[in-house]
Amino acid sequence: MSNLRPARSLASRVVLTVLAILLFGGVLVAGSTWWNGQQAARQSYDRILVGAASDIAESIRIRDGAPLVNLPVSAFELLAQAPDDRIYYAVTGPDGQRVTGLDDAPLIDTPTRGADPVRFFDAALNGEPARFVQVTRRFVERDFSGPVHVTVGQTLRARTAMTRALVLDALLPMALAGAALMVFAFLVIRSALRPLGDLVEDLSRRDPHDLTAMPTDRLPSELRVMLGAMNRFMGRLDGQVHAMRNLISDTAHQLRTPVAAIRVHAESAVSEPEPEPRQRALDRLLLRTRSLGTLLDQLLSRAMVIHRTDSAPRAPIDLREVALDLMDRDDHMAIAPGADLRLVIGEDPVIVRGDAFSLGEAARNLLGNALRHGQQPVSIGVTRTGPEAALWIEDAGQGPDASVIARLGDRFNRSAASGEQGSGIGLSIVTSVATAFDGRVDMRATDAGFRASLIFPAEET
Amino acid sequence: MPRFLLPLLCLLALSPLTAPAQEATTRFGDGATSFLMRSTTDIGIIRPVMDRFAALNPELTITYEQWGSNDLFDLSRDDCQSGARPADAVLSSAVQHMVWLVNAACGAPYRSAVTAALPDNRRWRDELWGVTTEPAVIAYNRRLLAGADVPRNRFAFLDAMRARPEFFRKRIATYDIAESGLGYLFAYADSLEATTFGALLEGFARVESVATCCSAEIIQGVSEGRYLIAYNVLGSYVANANLPDVGMILPEDYTLILSRGYMIPKGAAQAGVAGRLVDFLLSDEAQAMLQRAGLVTQMDPAETGLAVSARRYVPLSPTLLVARDANRRRLLLRFWSDTFMQAELP
Repeated sequence: MSNLRPARSLASRVVLTVLAILLFGGVLVAGSTWWNGQQAARQSYDRILVGAASDIAESIRIRDGAPLVNLPVSAFELLAQAPDDRIYYAVTGPDGQRVTGLDDAPLIDTPTRGADPVRFFDAALNGEPARFVQVTRRFVERDFSGPVHVTVGQTLRARTAMTRALVLDALLPMALAGAALMVFAFLVIRSALRPLGDLVEDLSRRDPHDLTAMPTDRLPSELRVMLGAMNRFMGRLDGQVHAMRNLISDTAHQLRTPVAAIRVHAESAVSEPEPEPRQRALDRLLLRTRSLGTLLDQLLSRAMVIHRTDSAPRAPIDLREVALDLMDRDDHMAIAPGADLRLVIGEDPVIVRGDAFSLGEAARNLLGNALRHGQQPVSIGVTRTGPEAALWIEDAGQGPDASVIARLGDRFNRSAASGEQGSGIGLSIVTSVATAFDGRVDMRATDAGFRASLIFPAEET
Repeated sequence: MPRFLLPLLCLLALSPLTAPAQEATTRFGDGATSFLMRSTTDIGIIRPVMDRFAALNPELTITYEQWGSNDLFDLSRDDCQSGARPADAVLSSAVQHMVWLVNAACGAPYRSAVTAALPDNRRWRDELWGVTTEPAVIAYNRRLLAGADVPRNRFAFLDAMRARPEFFRKRIATYDIAESGLGYLFAYADSLEATTFGALLEGFARVESVATCCSAEIIQGVSEGRYLIAYNVLGSYVANANLPDVGMILPEDYTLILSRGYMIPKGAAQAGVAGRLVDFLLSDEAQAMLQRAGLVTQMDPAETGLAVSARRYVPLSPTLLVARDANRRRLLLRFWSDTFMQAELP
């Protein structure tokens, strides 16, 4: 498994990759340099060979009907430019008979003679690889006519030495440059990765409860992206933790009063000897218990909504379906049996991005408020205005005071006017849902009465 | 072509019909390892050096064979081409032969700090090394030729021959280049060097100079007064003859300097010893001994009066292949004999 091997560090990975690239490039460059050097050496020494052969060819004279070579020293001095190389030379007449040469016997088989006056070929000279050239000079004299071939050859030591020298001359600075590049690359990579190391150190030194964002300034943009993602993640985590704390403290806060009231009612019922007051106490106890049930429902619903708005994927939702669901559910029957409900929706779907459950909960709370505090008839409507989609509940009453509207949605907003029935949680659910899906809550008086709207950015259908 | 054939006929007449054989053989040391050296150098001259080397290497029995240069060349070439067991080391004054052998891949490479220190013209391919320093000199008879009359350079020599042809008639000697490998090599080098070569040949012919084969005979002749001047004689022979009447001059216009070629034949059984031998020959100790033997001449300008620019080394380089070229040799011999013969006619 890959887990068994210790993971290589980013720096070593990059350094190894750079090294591999440099080595690969070095091999390519070395190969091409070697090839170039070989070509250069071959060309220059081939020229020397041709020069020497032409020199010898120039020195051929026809005397007494036969070619005679006054072998020029200059040709051999030219060949001696390759000071350590063996030399071969031979001059042959038209029928291949020997005019002069290094040895009595021809040592080299010349390949088939072409028309080209200068022909190169490779062959072994006394067991050592060598390069040869054959130059032909044609004579047309009274007593001699025909071609005379001059073959000159040379072993390859000087060529090899020149190739090696050229390659070394080219490669040595390149190797040094490569080494310098490696060092630079190492330093650059180390300095480039330093912010990462600082980040790691910062993280490991951090208090486990510290979920505040890490500073992203003076960071490379790549790291900033990563750190941004991490900061957002921490932010969500922080939000969740906050929500959980709020929920717990809210729940404790909200439950304390009703539970205390229930205890008081129960105690008074227990201690009341008279049947009539006892019955009243019991009725109040029942009412309080019901109200506690509703409160618990709302608390649960709010916790659910907060959880979902953070975690549930957002899907395109048709607000008309939310409104229809609301109509079909019979929750409101418990609050206001036989209420006069109306549905105001259009033909076209009104799509927003959100979570169906959360939207439903928010709408249900608005409807509950309208039924509880407003006057019937109550309309449930969905409209689209330009880029905005609205789900609204409208009742025929005056609506709450402006001061109440201003504080709507706050936690623990249980005003005197809301009485024992409301808890203030309902509207906080509504505002939570609205902000979670980039929307807002709008409450205003209309011609028909009072309208509370959940407004979201509309999705194009 | 009678003029041209004459030297060839001479050559034929002088060539031994039997298989070539060494002129002399000497043994140094009595160790277990046998080491065969073939050389053109007289045993008598090189003996102290070989004695010393044998003393330094007691495990060796050195067989020193003295050969004529052409025979040594033929033998070495045949050994090389037939794959027969060659000598362990070859030392020859006919450096054009040695260059030919190395060019024909008959030499084994050897490299040491000592050989690497040799100048380029005394080393080729790390297979051929020049171990001696021997100028070609003008030898003269001290009794018969006053100091002021001795030509210091070739121009003075030419002028002297023109001025006093009767005085010099038949009393100037030089090598017969058809017979003497060394004489041919020097004549070849002269022909490359300057136009004085043609004039010299004409001068030689005019005074009916004697072309003969052997160094010893020439020097003896100078000593006895038969020859007044001998041209292009190897200085080492003059020094070794140790004759009080023979003086020598390094020509001031230019002096040819020969360095005997040492090579290790390919396939030599004792190549390692041969490498040690060349290192030894080039060592200060052996060079000093060679100097006493006349094989190394100090070319210090203060001693010889010869400018550095006047030194002409016969370089151990492939250009010497030209000297062995058959056509080239034929042309030079023809030029030589033509000049001598023409001059005799009027």
